[in-house]
Amino acid sequence: MRSLWVSAALILWLQTAFAIDTAPAFEDPVLQARYEHLARELRCLQCRSETIADSNASLAEDLRRQLRELIAAGRTDQEIMTYMTDRYGDYVRYRPPLKSNTMLLWAAPVLLLLIGGTVAAVVIVRKSRLPDDDLPEDDRGRSSSVS
Amino acid sequence: MLRYLIPVGLFVALIAFFFVGLGRDKETLPSPLIDKPLPQFSLPRVDDPAQAFSDQDLAGQVYLLNVWGPWCVGCRQEHEVLLEIARRNVVPIVGLAVPQSAMVDANDQPLSFEEVMGEIGLAQRWLRELGDPYRLSVFDQTWRVAIDLGVYGAPETFLIDGRGVIRYKHVGPMSLAVWERDFLPRIDQHRSVGG
Repeated sequence: MRSLWVSAALILWLQTAFAIDTAPAFEDPVLQARYEHLARELRCLQCRSETIADSNASLAEDLRRQLRELIAAGRTDQEIMTYMTDRYGDYVRYRPPLKSNTMLLWAAPVLLLLIGGTVAAVVIVRKSRLPDDDLPEDDRGRSSSVS
Repeated sequence: MLRYLIPVGLFVALIAFFFVGLGRDKETLPSPLIDKPLPQFSLPRVDDPAQAFSDQDLAGQVYLLNVWGPWCVGCRQEHEVLLEIARRNVVPIVGLAVPQSAMVDANDQPLSFEEVMGEIGLAQRWLRELGDPYRLSVFDQTWRVAIDLGVYGAPETFLIDGRGVIRYKHVGPMSLAVWERDFLPRIDQHRSVGG
């Protein structure tokens, strides 16, 4: 049983491995960490549900290379994201930025939860206030003699 | 009866949203480069790789910049249309030939000229066999210029005005319908503004 937990923990930990390059791109662990982080923040525009960290598409490879070049040139994370959005637009950011035109996108899950929860609460409260009239006719006599 | 109208009404509204959503083009990304200057470039010519060609060489002219490659199926599809557009001689077409992926080595350094010559040779042969609609083509070995242009899927065609400003971009194979509807009016518009 213990080995099961160990295996599960190992599998989950290995999810953080950056397997798309054949070797780490940077010797400096700080730069490598930035590279892996930013590669997960940029969208592959050929396989659009994937980040450039995950995608095998040729464009993803080229964008990763561009990312390596920008990091090696000393650009900050902010400058790199701006470089990409200047050329490809906001959509290249894997997580949509919080702007006026994406407010509804970000708020929707919370809003739906609030609306759904409110409706559920109202319905449940209302139903709980109704008298118990759901017994079939022939059982009425029996239950009233018990209570 | 009335209380059923609320969920039905919501359902109808949802279906309406889906219906509108299905009709919208979600494939094409809006380009942030419209009305911005064309990124500077100086690249080897496909017909004569020893010579370079830069964006400055076309200053003052309105022209099309078409991103293509001999590997690109959509480029093969649009080739007849490009030949026809070139025949009509409205504006020159400049080709930006790209490899399928940047031609660099494991250390991100550009491959040597000899190694790249094979790919350029393929591009030359393609134009020889299928016809050459371009005033000239240049070769972007490292995809640097393509990324500067926000290229994500060849073929892509840009309209550049006389001041070197990108005025329009079409992603996907060109068609005469797109040429007439989207490019010609803009060409007229930008030609009359002194270039």
